[in-house]
Amino acid sequence: MHEILFYLFALIAVASGVAMVLHRNPVYSAIFLIVTLFAFAGFFVLLNAPFVAAVHVIVYAGAIMVLFLFVIMLLNLKRDPAREAGKVTRRAIGVILVLAFIVELGALLFAATANNGVSNNIPNANSLVGSTEVIGRSLFTTYLFPFEVASILLLVGMVGAIVLAKRKLE
Amino acid sequence: MPLSHYLILSAIMFAIGVAGVLLRRNAIVIFMSVELMLNAVNLTFVAFAAQLNNIEGQIFVFFVMVVAAAEVAIGLALMVAIFRVRETVFVDELNLMKW
Repeated sequence: MHEILFYLFALIAVASGVAMVLHRNPVYSAIFLIVTLFAFAGFFVLLNAPFVAAVHVIVYAGAIMVLFLFVIMLLNLKRDPAREAGKVTRRAIGVILVLAFIVELGALLFAATANNGVSNNIPNANSLVGSTEVIGRSLFTTYLFPFEVASILLLVGMVGAIVLAKRKLE
Repeated sequence: MPLSHYLILSAIMFAIGVAGVLLRRNAIVIFMSVELMLNAVNLTFVAFAAQLNNIEGQIFVFFVMVVAAAEVAIGLALMVAIFRVRETVFVDELNLMKW
């Protein structure tokens, strides 16, 4: 069951990820990214992390992607294929760099997954790990200081976004 | 379920994100590709957390999400500010600091 769902979600994630990169219209790119993010939420559920899955859907699909779509529509981008295409040499260099990166990652994964004595299998679900209670307890005791720093980071981000987007500061 | 499958999938998604950053010219789509890369890394964290039966990986994903949210807010505000001045978000045309 786990395998079938994994491959189903993997297919959805990769297909919509590629579509996101290749599609000319940024609105469609954003929609494809939302599909990818939902597939990722599926992976998190499969990996016994329901809290992360829920937060992922709420934060990414609910907040970040709405912000993206809002800005895309606010900017009213004129669709111009010639501007999007860019120079051919630049594009070729990009393709070469991507291929080099894929080869590098492949070599790394091959080396890492070779026999090194570490078990490769994900153990069966232990329902306690990943529950909201366990994460909350850890977040508010061991990781209390990073949690507070994260809240300050969000505050700074909020103030910065308002200052940057404001037309004129008096 | 082998852990390596999750790692390979996450590598593929990261590579797709890198391709988006390198091949696209629209700054908003580049931002979306960065989000995809962050998510690929999150998947690695959660997969390792599940394999090691450990909570720290999921805590880290939580903080990655916080940083991603702040980054998107600032990045899109910058995009709006740039668009007001230059009337474009295509990175080829933003060449003021190029020499």
